[in-house]
Amino acid sequence: MRIVLMAFALGAAVACVIAPLAAQTSGAAVVIDNFVFSPERLTVKAGTTVTWTNRDDTPHTVAAKDRTFKSKVMDTDESYSFTFSTPGEYAYFCSLHPHMTGTITVVARTEDGATQ
Amino acid sequence: MTANDDKSGDATTRRKVLECMTWAGTGLLWTVSGGVPRSLGLVDQARAEEAKGLTFMQISDSHMGFDKPANPNAKGTLEEAIGRIKALPTKPSFMIHTGDITHLSKPAEFDDADKIISQAKLDVHYVPGEHDILDEEVKLYRERYGRGSKGDGWYSFDAGGVHFVGLVNVKNLKAGGMGSLGEDQLKWLADDLKGKTASTPVVLFAHIPLWVIYETWGWGTEDGARALEMLKGFGSVTVLNGHIHQVMQKVEGNVVFHTARSTAFPQPAPGTAPSPGPMKVADDKLRSMLGVASVTFKRGDQRLAIIDTPLQG
Repeated sequence: MRIVLMAFALGAAVACVIAPLAAQTSGAAVVIDNFVFSPERLTVKAGTTVTWTNRDDTPHTVAAKDRTFKSKVMDTDESYSFTFSTPGEYAYFCSLHPHMTGTITVVARTEDGATQ
Repeated sequence: MTANDDKSGDATTRRKVLECMTWAGTGLLWTVSGGVPRSLGLVDQARAEEAKGLTFMQISDSHMGFDKPANPNAKGTLEEAIGRIKALPTKPSFMIHTGDITHLSKPAEFDDADKIISQAKLDVHYVPGEHDILDEEVKLYRERYGRGSKGDGWYSFDAGGVHFVGLVNVKNLKAGGMGSLGEDQLKWLADDLKGKTASTPVVLFAHIPLWVIYETWGWGTEDGARALEMLKGFGSVTVLNGHIHQVMQKVEGNVVFHTARSTAFPQPAPGTAPSPGPMKVADDKLRSMLGVASVTFKRGDQRLAIIDTPLQG
């Protein structure tokens, strides 16, 4: 528990220093609400696991434009996670409702944990 | 090529021009004197009884498996809709289902749909909605309903002098886009229409509207205009869609566009809510926003009349 808290504190400190270009440190979340991915644009460090959760009464999917990843259909309150190991920009959309789009930007992880 | 050939070519061309003029005249007549499907609002059973031509039913968006607050009993309302069809004084020739048979493409949902819809004792011609192709191998819909269809499940058939074309516009959707037919299907459609005379009434049906109703919500088909372009020479074209869970109608030249109600839950009018998701209405209002449509083509006055029937009201 202590380790978790410390890691959280460190993450918060880093975020404070480099905001607003901060990248999420470990897990990151995207919520689907009213046919919108929020946040629509998210920047994370390589190695981060992003979890999408569907809060709508309608099923949705998460599908990378370049097919790097694709979820099964997510019904209400279901989630999908993907770990981004390679830096780059990942545009994605809902394959059922393609007007729903989002982007995950993955930046390289440096030795001291700060973003490049 | 000889000079003689050239001459006969000219003659053919002149004849063709005359033919085209005749067809154009026919098309115009059709638009004025009939061929324009009318939405008559409430069902008029007496009228259905009168109809001597071809009558078929359209049901849509039955979403078997949906159990959210907008309608916890989608099975029950589908049963009511089928009950309405069974009670018609004149048995329709067949039924079309414009997609979203199920909510999540689960075998049990398809089973429930089949069990209820088969009670109408009518042939049913299906096209898939995006909710019908969610199983991992994308095979359940095709196994059940795709027999004899081409490509991703498109097909055509003739009934009562009308040419029916079932299109699939829910597959291979592109990021940021809307519904899509794709090159293969458009090519097939062009071939399919080739042998048809301009006087043949054509009914196109697909899940997502072929015309752009509201781009912000993806309510339209990106390449739908290319399909409609192929139908410009036809005197009577009717486009039947689902997906938006409400009745909308538009007449443009020789083409009448119509969307059907869902049997499961209503969706908001374009732009009137933050999203197109299921709309919760008062319990006593729900059935006035669900329903089916009947379409009648009368030989002679060449009229396609579309009658939308809510489950109640």
